[in-house]
Amino acid sequence: MTRESIEFDVVVVGGGPAGLAAAIRLRQLAQAQALDLSVCVLEKAAEIGAHVLSGAVMDPRALDELLPEWRHAGAPFDAPVADAHFLWLGASRSLCLPTALLPQCFHHDGGFVVSLGEVCRWLAQQAEAQGVEIFPGFAAIDVLFDADGAVAGVITGDAGRQADGSAGPNFQPGIEVRGRYTIFAEGCRGPLGKRLMAQYRLRDGVAPQTYGLGIKELWEVPAAQSHPGRVVHTCGWPLRADTYGGGFVYHQSGGRVAVGLVVGLGYRNPYLSPFEEFQRFKTHPALRGVLAGGRRVAFGAASVVSGGIGALPALAFPGGVLVGDEAGFLNPARSKGSHTAMKSGMLAAEAVVTAVQAGRHNDVLVEYPQAVCDSWLYRELWGVRNFKSWLDKGLFVGGALFGIEQKLFGASAPWTLSPCPADHLRLDKASDSAAIVYPKPDGVLSFDRASSVFLSNIRHDAQQPCHLRLKDPELPIRVNLAEYDAPEQRYCPAGVYEIRHEADGRAVLQINAQNCLHCKTCDIKDPSQNIEWTPPEGGDGPSYPAM
Amino acid sequence: MKILVPVKRVVDPCVAVRVKPDASGIDASGVRMSMNPFDEIAVEAAVRFREAGVAAEVVAVSCGVPASQEVLRTAMAIGADRGILVETANELSPLAVAKLLKAVCAEEKPDLVICGKQAVDDDANQTGQMLAALLGWPQATFASALDIVDGRVCVTRDLDDGREALRLPMPAVVTTELGLNEPRYATLPNIMKARKKPLRVVAPGELGGEPSVGVMTIEWAEPPVRRAGVRVESVTDLVDRLRAAKVL
Amino acid sequence: MSVLVIAEHDHRRLFPATRHAVFAAQQLGLDVDVLVAGCDCRDVAVSATALAGVRSVLLAEAAHYAAQTAENLAALVAAQAGPYSHVLTSASAFGKNLLPRIAALLDVEQVSDVCRILSADTFVRPVYAGNALATVRNANAKKVLSIRAAAFSAVEEGGNGTVLEIAASPDLGLVEVLRRDRRDAGRAELGLARVVVAGGRGVGSCDDFNRLLTPLADKLGAALGASYGAVSAGYAAPDLQIGQTGKIIAPDLYVAVGISGAIQHLAGIKDAKIIVAINKDPEAPIFKVADYGLVADLFEAVPALVAALG
Repeated sequence: MTRESIEFDVVVVGGGPAGLAAAIRLRQLAQAQALDLSVCVLEKAAEIGAHVLSGAVMDPRALDELLPEWRHAGAPFDAPVADAHFLWLGASRSLCLPTALLPQCFHHDGGFVVSLGEVCRWLAQQAEAQGVEIFPGFAAIDVLFDADGAVAGVITGDAGRQADGSAGPNFQPGIEVRGRYTIFAEGCRGPLGKRLMAQYRLRDGVAPQTYGLGIKELWEVPAAQSHPGRVVHTCGWPLRADTYGGGFVYHQSGGRVAVGLVVGLGYRNPYLSPFEEFQRFKTHPALRGVLAGGRRVAFGAASVVSGGIGALPALAFPGGVLVGDEAGFLNPARSKGSHTAMKSGMLAAEAVVTAVQAGRHNDVLVEYPQAVCDSWLYRELWGVRNFKSWLDKGLFVGGALFGIEQKLFGASAPWTLSPCPADHLRLDKASDSAAIVYPKPDGVLSFDRASSVFLSNIRHDAQQPCHLRLKDPELPIRVNLAEYDAPEQRYCPAGVYEIRHEADGRAVLQINAQNCLHCKTCDIKDPSQNIEWTPPEGGDGPSYPAM
Repeated sequence: MKILVPVKRVVDPCVAVRVKPDASGIDASGVRMSMNPFDEIAVEAAVRFREAGVAAEVVAVSCGVPASQEVLRTAMAIGADRGILVETANELSPLAVAKLLKAVCAEEKPDLVICGKQAVDDDANQTGQMLAALLGWPQATFASALDIVDGRVCVTRDLDDGREALRLPMPAVVTTELGLNEPRYATLPNIMKARKKPLRVVAPGELGGEPSVGVMTIEWAEPPVRRAGVRVESVTDLVDRLRAAKVL
Repeated sequence: MSVLVIAEHDHRRLFPATRHAVFAAQQLGLDVDVLVAGCDCRDVAVSATALAGVRSVLLAEAAHYAAQTAENLAALVAAQAGPYSHVLTSASAFGKNLLPRIAALLDVEQVSDVCRILSADTFVRPVYAGNALATVRNANAKKVLSIRAAAFSAVEEGGNGTVLEIAASPDLGLVEVLRRDRRDAGRAELGLARVVVAGGRGVGSCDDFNRLLTPLADKLGAALGASYGAVSAGYAAPDLQIGQTGKIIAPDLYVAVGISGAIQHLAGIKDAKIIVAINKDPEAPIFKVADYGLVADLFEAVPALVAALG
């Protein structure tokens, strides 16, 4: 098939903080050096920010470097961190850990409670003002290679295909978007990044990436319960001490509170349901006091990388680079990734401009990984390199040992712990696991999946091929159901996967792809790695207002 | 011939809107906005006439805030040739919009105006009819089929209890029903081209002033939530209850 | 201060929507007149005089009112509107087509789809597809209102109004009506139907969809619909899909057969007056919104329902 083709100097895949920071930096440098450099950003969401979901407490360090005037440019940062608390939760009580005991990485001084989606919308305005061409509603679904095997751009998804794959009446084939360099900024577990890591063996010799599933709601609470700038992190209940994860309560401006729970996807019990854990989390007395009398206004879920520096793949390959969570730059100890994502995008942009000025194209940007190593980004991640491995030893022992390590040595601990195995390898068999009985939602603080997904403003064109692909269609029943009691029914926060019994008693896996929140947990956690998450038609998916 | 298509920027119909806690309006912060879907159908219909050689030019026009330029760009990405934004930060009523559009028509002299039948925010279903009245033009609302034959507009209108076929001389106003067409996907190259098409911003003052608005919303509320009713024991029980409720 | 209600009719009988509009008009606490414009339609005017509380019925007869075009009717109403403080129609396709044209000729704004009348100038109307209710105050000299018929009762008989013949306005001749097809027989259209029967994935196959649901729809005079699940499984055509991504419906009676009640589906039916759900899964979300829920095997329940309906 011949496709229409358009060309830019630089193609950025993904309009999150990393991609937008890269695009802005590219145009800033081009303008400063009178370089003719065209930059486009492809974003699968219908608009910038609509698929962005994060806590978020943002460290403005990278933003200070990218747009030093941001404080006077209408940036949506109206809730500076006022007070921070760290709570250990028991089933009905809580203990506040004194700030003095906490390592520096758990401090939030100078940070801002933000909606990262709003931040991205603002960044997109800055990018467009700099001359970046942004195309929301276009998903990159494949990588384009040149004759030498270097990345030459991407292919956007077809629009208007019918469920059976045939072209519908309004069919529009995807097009080639070519560039001298392509910056991959798809976010956590990006499908093209996954493919590139395999193709160029970018993960050889590095630890497996590990992930968490973050589920978040936005609440409007009575004025007396709103403390803009308050940041609360929790550990402990409802998660068992051997499950990595924790909760957060961030007070935004305007009486809004973001509440969320991150559950490490290395959990062992196939009966665990992150969605139900989160719903239960909100019923704890410590949260009830914040949310009571309030109203839930938004719901969403996203996976987050948590492997830290040990899980960073090789960052550059012929014609392209990985930035942000696509590479895994999130700082798991600080639970912050937007400043590191932006910084990585800026460093990639600087490497691209150097190369373009030298007349290069579609080669390996060796300057980028070198610049990462020389930057604060690397030093910050190196300092907390053992966090995930310590926590893998359990919340109490590991958490204490991590705290002692940080207090005594900071970044200069004379050891580096061995990494955690990949999340999908860690499920125990159902027969070896205890079933978990979750309380029924009360409709006040806790809710069911259906009413939750509704609040994500989700849309998927019903008439399109299923974007959740099974390599072996029989395997969900033969293996997942038989051995793990079909964990996809529980780990998917949106109820996409359902085991249904036909009239003859035969079990089948029903995939409600139209509920998909694009969190990619299935792609990560499926024990046989049989589920492949691919982008649906451009513009489909949730439409988060301010998540 | 020239076709004018008025388009409106609205809260995307996929977004579940909520009333603000203080009942002062809809909470639209961070909410996705897009072109009113009925207007998209209108743009598609107009562009098809241009592609068929029936129309020479398609002009999209919007009245509203500066961000309404986005929906004009969308209209141009579907195929409209240029855009006009009548820029105002004030709330406009359908009559106010119709008056502004009348002034635009006086300048542009279109042969046909194709409007969406209603906007999915205020659900008023008024602007096209009002514009036709102000101009003294014939109207064909709720069009599910539209053609131009021998210089006259042929429309099939969807009614509550059937359909009717109309023939109108031009100039005329047509409003679109859902079944008229399925708007195309804007392609990436066409979105790029649309960014370079001419877009003129005019102030209401240049069109004879901004019309006043006399209908004010004084309170917003959410409708009562639907609750579960009763479980019936049998088919007979069900039929008895439906008869008692007078729906059978 | 008095109210003019524009009658909707087919020259032989008055349509029920007008009875609801007259009821709404009486909520204003003012004298109510009805305008009947048509061709050989004196019977309609006479039947309007019988509506309780109607003062007089203005009757304008002319051949050019036969097609009930908005152009000619609006000119007539605008010419007659002088003494009236309020002009009302029902928010039917007829009223939606006509009323804004009248309002514009009178140079006043219109309030559409009024579902509650709080005072002579304050009204409640649904916006955002019924997701919000707006209370509006109308400061225009004349209040032009379209009335959501289902939100008001129908006025009873028992009036003794008089027929006043008025002069027709000249034919503007702007529009030719070539054909008018009234759908008396055959299946009602899904988006407009008063009764809708829809099937879901639980129906199991395309054959069973038709075999089970068509007789029930016939019996109820209903339009046929389907859930996303049924359409995606190929049991029903895509244009039958009800829901967020399909048709939004507001029938008086909605019968969901083998539909679990996914969010997308519920978004499309929340304005149905009465929802009946038949499903064998007692936990199905559809039961959370159904007025009458029957937990049963649909393959037995649906034929039994057809039989019970006689």
